[in-house]
Amino acid sequence: MSESGDVADSGLAGVFRRVGRAALEWLTRLGYAARFFVMVARESPSAFRRLHLTLREIYFSGVLSLIIILISGLFVGMVLALQGYDVLQRYGADQSLGVLVALSLVRELGPVVAGLLFASRAGSAITAEIGLMKATEQLSAMEMMAVDPIARVVAPRFWGGVVSMPLLAALFSTLGVFGAYLVGVRLLGIDAGAFWGNMQAAVDFRHDILNGIIKSVAFGVAVSLIAVFEGYDAKPTAEGVSSATTKTVVYSSLTILALDFVLTVFMFRGVR
Amino acid sequence: MNRSTIDLWVGIFVMLGIGAILFLALKVGNLVSVGSTPGYRLEANFDNIGGLKLRAPVKAAGVVVGRVEAIHFDPKNYQAVVMMKINEGSEFTADTIASILTSGLLGEVYVGLDAGGDTKMLTDGSVIKKTQSAVVLEKLIGQFLFDKAASGASK
Repeated sequence: MSESGDVADSGLAGVFRRVGRAALEWLTRLGYAARFFVMVARESPSAFRRLHLTLREIYFSGVLSLIIILISGLFVGMVLALQGYDVLQRYGADQSLGVLVALSLVRELGPVVAGLLFASRAGSAITAEIGLMKATEQLSAMEMMAVDPIARVVAPRFWGGVVSMPLLAALFSTLGVFGAYLVGVRLLGIDAGAFWGNMQAAVDFRHDILNGIIKSVAFGVAVSLIAVFEGYDAKPTAEGVSSATTKTVVYSSLTILALDFVLTVFMFRGVR
Repeated sequence: MNRSTIDLWVGIFVMLGIGAILFLALKVGNLVSVGSTPGYRLEANFDNIGGLKLRAPVKAAGVVVGRVEAIHFDPKNYQAVVMMKINEGSEFTADTIASILTSGLLGEVYVGLDAGGDTKMLTDGSVIKKTQSAVVLEKLIGQFLFDKAASGASK
C-alpha cells in the first residue's frame, strides 16, 4: 500500500491504475478462494470421520432454517397460484395451474429462493461465527494445539451447508406445490384431478426434478464455500467481521443468480 | 443442546427432505408411469401429425393408455411415423383406427385409438393401418371459404 502513495492516483493513468489494482486484488482473492476450496476438499474426509461435528452444522444451517424455508415456500406457492390463475383463466387454461406452479417451483424458484434464503439465514451465520473465531484468535489457538482449523471448523460447516441445501430446496418446492393446491383447489375451485393430473403429465422426473436437485446442490456448494471463505478470510476486527457477513450475503446472492442462468442455459435450452 | 437432541433433529430434517424429494418424484413428477412401465410398441403412419410432440399421451376412450415415444419422417412415402409405447394390459384389435386429436381449442395434442371388431390383436411392433391425420385449422378455414364461394357462385 505504501507504493500507491508514491504514485498519484489522479488523471487518466490513475483511473487505469485503480481499476488495474482492483482487478488484481479481485483475481488474487478468486485464486485464494479456489485454493481454499481445494484445502477444504482435502480435509473433507475428516468432516465425515468426525460425523457429529458435521451433524451439528446440519442442525444449525439446515434444521434451524426449516421454519423460514417452509413458510416462504408456502407463501410463494400460494401467491404463484393466485397470480397464475388470474392470467390462465383469461385463456380458459386454469386447469394448467398445477403445471405452471410445479414447473416454476421445481425448476427455478425452489432452488433459487431457497438458496437466497439459505445464504442470508445460514451463510451469514457461518461467516460471522468463523470470522469471530478468527478475531478472538480461536483459530490461531487451534493451530498452536496442532488442530487444523480447516478440518475442525471449516470442513464440517461447508459440508453441513452442502447437505442441507438440496433438502431445503426440495422442502421449499413441496410446500410451494401444497400452497398452490390450497389456493388453487380449495380457494379458487380448480378440479383436484385436473390440478394433479396435468401436473404429473407435464413434469418429467429426469428433466425437471433431477435438474432442480442438481441446481440446488450447485447452489449449496457455492453458498457454503463463499460463507466459510469470507469468514476465514475476514479481517480480525469487529468491522472486518461485519463486512465479511455482508459480503457473504451479497456474493452468494449474485453467484446463485448468475449460476442459475448458466445452469438453465445448459439444462433447458432447446429441449422440447 | 446435547448431542442426541441434535442427532434427533437432523434425522427428522433429513427424513423430511428425502420425503419432499419423494413427494416431488411421485406426486408431482409421476415417476412411476415414466420409463420402466412394461408395455409394447405400436407404429402408425400419418399424413400430417399437426402439433403432436414426444411424450404426448395416447388415449383410448379418453383414458391414457400409453405415450408417444418417437416421431420421424419417412422420406419414401412422405408420411410421419409415430412410435407409441402402450402400457401392458391395454390391447387393441388389428383394425384399430389411430387419429390425432386435440383436447379443447388450445389443449394438448394426443393420439386417440378407436378399437374395431377384428378378432386379431395388435402385437409388439405392429403397424396401425387406418389412421386419421390432424385437423389443420388453416386448411379447414380454406375449405370453408372455398365452399362458401362455390355455393355463392352457383346461385
